[in-house]
Amino acid sequence: MIEAAGMGDPSWLLPAVLGGALIGAAAGAFALLAGRIAGISDIVGGLLRPLGGERAWRWAFVAGLLLAPVAHVLVAPVPAAHLSHSPALLVVAGLLVGFGARLGSGCTSGHGICGLARLSRRSLAATLVFMGAAMVTVFVARHVLAGQGAS
Amino acid sequence: MRSIAALVCGLVFGLGLLVSGMTDPRRVLGFLDVAGHWNPALGVVMVVALAVALPAFAVATRRSRALLGGPMVLSGASRIDRRLLAGACVFGVGWGLAGLCPGPAVVLVLTLRKGAWVFVLAMLGGMAAFELWQRATRRD
Repeated sequence: MIEAAGMGDPSWLLPAVLGGALIGAAAGAFALLAGRIAGISDIVGGLLRPLGGERAWRWAFVAGLLLAPVAHVLVAPVPAAHLSHSPALLVVAGLLVGFGARLGSGCTSGHGICGLARLSRRSLAATLVFMGAAMVTVFVARHVLAGQGAS
Repeated sequence: MRSIAALVCGLVFGLGLLVSGMTDPRRVLGFLDVAGHWNPALGVVMVVALAVALPAFAVATRRSRALLGGPMVLSGASRIDRRLLAGACVFGVGWGLAGLCPGPAVVLVLTLRKGAWVFVLAMLGGMAAFELWQRATRRD
């Protein structure tokens, strides 16, 4: 099964390496320069706190993220995003992602990249749990429920 | 200065997500679907990102001040508690349902994908609900 994606068409590999390097460089540079974690759920969530300080750099980081596709399109078309889910499912998923990331103090970027990069045991635990929960969810959605003629 | 660094780092971070293909939920779900046609891209992206970030964090955590001034605020709690594990679990289920997490979702906003807007609005709702719940429980 690994061969199906890994060896059949290796065109994803170079972009994955290049993109990963950009993500790591951005997170590492931000830690060194600003002394802050580039955790997206913390950055966005902090803006929703009524009395939260440190708003300026949070808005600036979000602006950078928002402008990324604009910068990308100057060089090459923005890669396709296959989002075929129903709006109802997206609402449920969004609520869970937003609430869960704040309750667990981080998401894929905060725990998965920055936390692991600073060798935090707490972030390792969080990353293993959300990876596992996501894999179980996909397994149930694709291989348990989908097999029951729910098309 | 910190805001300029944040703008540039946010831009590079977002470009990394786009270039790596991680803004495409199908590819993310392909990695999470270990029993299907497994797509290893997300794993490669994470390993490379970590390899690049690791030395920077090794230096950063040894410093007391950031290069642009101000204290280093890199580590918070260190206890692995129920709150952390429950949050990660809830987050993981949502991530597995849509194949979107906060970073890629924000990056997709200006690509005007309707699905991304729905997801981001719901995500902001979930975050706001957490803040309200926090305040309500703190008052007790």
